[in-house]
Amino acid sequence: MAAHKGKQSMEFERSIAIVSASATVGTKEGEGPLREYFDAILTDNLCGQDSWEKAESKIASDNLKLCINKAGLKPEDISYVVTGDLLNQCCGSTFGVRSLKIPFFGVFGACSTMGEAMGLGSVLIESGGAKYVLCGASSHFASAEKQFRFPMDLGTQRTPTATWTVTGDGAVILTEKDEGPYIRRITTGKIMDMGITDANNMGAAMAPAAADAIYQHLSDFNFKPDHYDVIATGDLGYVGRELLIELLKNKGIDISKNHIDCGIEIFDRELQDTHSGGSGCACSAVTFAGMLYNKLRHKKIDRLLFVPTGALMSPTSVQQGESIAGIAHCVGIEN
Amino acid sequence: MPKDITKKQYSNMVKKASPDSPIITNCLKAFFVGGIICTIGQLITNCCRIFGLSIEQSGNFTSIILVIAASVLTGLGLYSKLGKFAGAGSIVPITGFSNSVTAPAIEFKKEGFILGLGAKIFIVAGPVILYGVLTSIAVGIVYYILS
Repeated sequence: MAAHKGKQSMEFERSIAIVSASATVGTKEGEGPLREYFDAILTDNLCGQDSWEKAESKIASDNLKLCINKAGLKPEDISYVVTGDLLNQCCGSTFGVRSLKIPFFGVFGACSTMGEAMGLGSVLIESGGAKYVLCGASSHFASAEKQFRFPMDLGTQRTPTATWTVTGDGAVILTEKDEGPYIRRITTGKIMDMGITDANNMGAAMAPAAADAIYQHLSDFNFKPDHYDVIATGDLGYVGRELLIELLKNKGIDISKNHIDCGIEIFDRELQDTHSGGSGCACSAVTFAGMLYNKLRHKKIDRLLFVPTGALMSPTSVQQGESIAGIAHCVGIEN
Repeated sequence: MPKDITKKQYSNMVKKASPDSPIITNCLKAFFVGGIICTIGQLITNCCRIFGLSIEQSGNFTSIILVIAASVLTGLGLYSKLGKFAGAGSIVPITGFSNSVTAPAIEFKKEGFILGLGAKIFIVAGPVILYGVLTSIAVGIVYYILS
């Protein structure tokens, strides 16, 4: 049975292995620095559909099937699928999972969804009540712009602190097996709100949540930051990363040497004009399922703390002057 | 454990970490692109005058041509690129108004012609129209009283 650790954490007893991972991305991500790690790169961001929302579901559906195929499994072998996205009522996932006929848990954690899905997936495996669990998250630049900002063709400028929503879907399959990498432990984040109201500065809204979750994880397990080879946050971007490092320094923790941010890794800031970096559920999901999983498998990383970060807000809450709350979930993965 | 950072302290940290928009470059770009659009407008007006239209007719004709041109450029995905470069320079002229109507029309057409396109076409331009009309009524009343 899993053990409750410290204040917010859980340590697993079973060997919860990540046996398969797949990442499908859009055209822009496919031109970025991580292109060699992705399983599929779209040539058409509409993915043959007639709307951005349908395209996102199609990407999710195709990538989940790809992940199942890569594991040598069939959809009926999967006990549960746990996925989420950014669209209203999680429609990106709902219609992506529809054709798979697998029992479905839809989750929402904004851009931290991949961490939430992997954490809950691990709990399902640890419970003994599930054999294979498929976890994933998706987002689409255009459907997110349409829902949260402006129509695509509107001639506006983006602020230097704005981030670029990643188009894609990242998925992993968890099961109990003696072949790593394994999910060893999780720390579920609290909602942290430091009063940020600028929807174009998500990194600043999420950094306190990331700092809190990482701090809590390290104290719950009594780890030093160098216990992990890499601490990878989700989509803080350049602004959020700077704030995270500073916030943790105030608490006497220095992660500047082993910290990376998926939002910084996924795009080339200068060449791709992405301002503060990448964001969206798919940002951490595809960076994990692509690059980080590959490095874990090839032992280039042995201990990874994966910390997807999310900004909890809706267009309505922002318009009503409500501040943007942040959340982050830690998933400790080791070989 | 050290004391937690207050919202105010954090707000200062955020201000320090967040780069500002390059305001001078943005202003220069807006000035030149806005100027070019207006010069094109003037050119069209002058051409209309050459063909013998009155000043009022020429003005109307210029507006029509600029609105159609911006609408077509929006449809081709070019106006958003111009907007990214020019900022207010391409938003303030009448072409920006055209873009702000065409862009939602394209985006929300997927939700149908009534509840999609019809309901959301003025999602960006709506406030400009509403408050523009209200302001002109107010100015009209003031003008009436003063004259």
